[in-house]
Amino acid sequence: MALTAAEVARLGELARVRLTESETELLAPQLDVILAAVARVTEVATPDVPPTSHAIPLTNVFRDDVVRPSLPREDVLAGAPAVEDGRFRVPRILGEEA
Amino acid sequence: MSEELLSFEDAMAQFDPVLGLEVHVELNTATKMFCGCANVFGSEPNTNTCPVCLGLPGSLPVVNATAIASAIRIGLSLGCDIAEWCRFARKNYFYPDMTKDFQTSQYDEPIAFDGRVELEVDGEVFVIEIERAHMEEDAGKLVHAGGVTGRIGDAEYSLVDYNRAGTPLIEIVTRPIRGTGAKAPQVAKAYVSYLRDLMRALDVSDVRMEQGSLRCDANVSLMPKGETELGLRTETKNVNSLRSIEAALTYEIRRQAALLAGGGKVHQETRHWHEEGYTTPGRSKEQAEDYRYFPEPDLVPVAPSREWVEELRATLPEAPDVKRKRLQTAWGFAEQEFADIVNAGALDLIEATVAAGAPASAARKWWLSELARRANEAGVELTALAITPAQVAAVQALVDAGTVNDKLARQVIDGVLAGEGEPAEVVSARGLAVVSDDGALIAAVDRAIEANPDVAAKIREGKMAAAGALIGAVMKDLRGQADAGRVRELIVERLG
Repeated sequence: MALTAAEVARLGELARVRLTESETELLAPQLDVILAAVARVTEVATPDVPPTSHAIPLTNVFRDDVVRPSLPREDVLAGAPAVEDGRFRVPRILGEEA
Repeated sequence: MSEELLSFEDAMAQFDPVLGLEVHVELNTATKMFCGCANVFGSEPNTNTCPVCLGLPGSLPVVNATAIASAIRIGLSLGCDIAEWCRFARKNYFYPDMTKDFQTSQYDEPIAFDGRVELEVDGEVFVIEIERAHMEEDAGKLVHAGGVTGRIGDAEYSLVDYNRAGTPLIEIVTRPIRGTGAKAPQVAKAYVSYLRDLMRALDVSDVRMEQGSLRCDANVSLMPKGETELGLRTETKNVNSLRSIEAALTYEIRRQAALLAGGGKVHQETRHWHEEGYTTPGRSKEQAEDYRYFPEPDLVPVAPSREWVEELRATLPEAPDVKRKRLQTAWGFAEQEFADIVNAGALDLIEATVAAGAPASAARKWWLSELARRANEAGVELTALAITPAQVAAVQALVDAGTVNDKLARQVIDGVLAGEGEPAEVVSARGLAVVSDDGALIAAVDRAIEANPDVAAKIREGKMAAAGALIGAVMKDLRGQADAGRVRELIVERLG
């Protein structure tokens, strides 16, 4: 189940990572090795082993609906590359509508 | 912007529409879905945020118990089964309104599924099957700046407010709705209106469409008459009033019909509704979006016990359709009179006005004529008007007590809408009370008689039809601030 260069390019697109042709060629076999390693899990996961998504066998961990203080706005915006009117300023978004 | 359209009649002669409706409901919990930040509308930007809803590294979400309870109650009221065990999932995409680069949602394990809703539209009953109602979080809000029109197409940059990020949302998804024919737009409107009433009755959401706490994405496709295979659909977003749902679907049906009738194809895509009355293409869905869903590892599964589900079932309010039948009987309105109330979205307002002491007929009159006209002029829903049912009841009480007449009452409403205070305050501030002092009224009547001797003569001869002219003169003299009935009595007294 070798990954094609096109599939790697598509993954790069989804992850917003720009890849050159030589990089996709380099990465395809490396990702193959990772996928093959993960695929070995399916060999041991027999139908009597229930699928699990969490390491702790807990359910229903809830909190009460009680307001707690939020962060001061200057702290919230401190890490923003650019700020305007108390908001995060981000580059124009192309090709999509909000 | 205008595309070719077929007339709705011609479209219906050739095609059957199939609907699919996705409704997002923002819950009115005190806090957000996964953190303790306040869940409120209209705060200063980025003042209700914390490491969790900002998606800062190392922060961990914890589920809001009230949001789960609301989700279960919504599911039950839609006739859904409630999952015995379900998980949250990450929906991965990049967009600046998402702090984490994924939205915490539910994927193949919704908390509620397989429900149904029955709707009556023009005497015909339609069954809407609910595929699922799942929990998720809302995104932040973008403002597009720097462009000429404020639309994203010419924005130079965008500004983000994350107050809304993490607000609990329930997304309710229907199965394809067939067999509605030409009533498709009305059925869609009736369905969203029903959901709005239901959410309000459950008290789980503010359901203010104009504020985005109830949002509808309307999918529609057309099949040539007699076929059963679904056509390619479009999904229209940004539909934020009941009126727009009907208008947007009518437009899309006409647009798709023109394309298909002309031998063309419908592009499967997202479209945007413009209040001016048309849709424009948004994201193309030709390349299926790949959200790479996977179970959220930071949250443990939700497994509502059957006991809890039954406890919540016991808290469900009277279903809106049952309530309607009860109120119609209690208020004594004819079928059409009552239907007008429901169609105007005024049922709850009138119920609250009646509860505040007004007679049902008066409550209906104010909300469906005077206030409906003002809402219409302002292009908002009745509920968005700056007057409460209690204030409307107070206005009617002033009329019943003879303090103001109908005409002055409208000015009182003007004052309340303008933020001048309670009805009684508006009456005294604007000096609107009718002249109830007989001395002042008699003086005005005498002035009118003196100024109109020929009219007075006719009345003396018993021609009471002429009294209208004198009443008019008195009302003018007193700038409308008199009870016309009392003026008539006094005229008869003076000339009888």
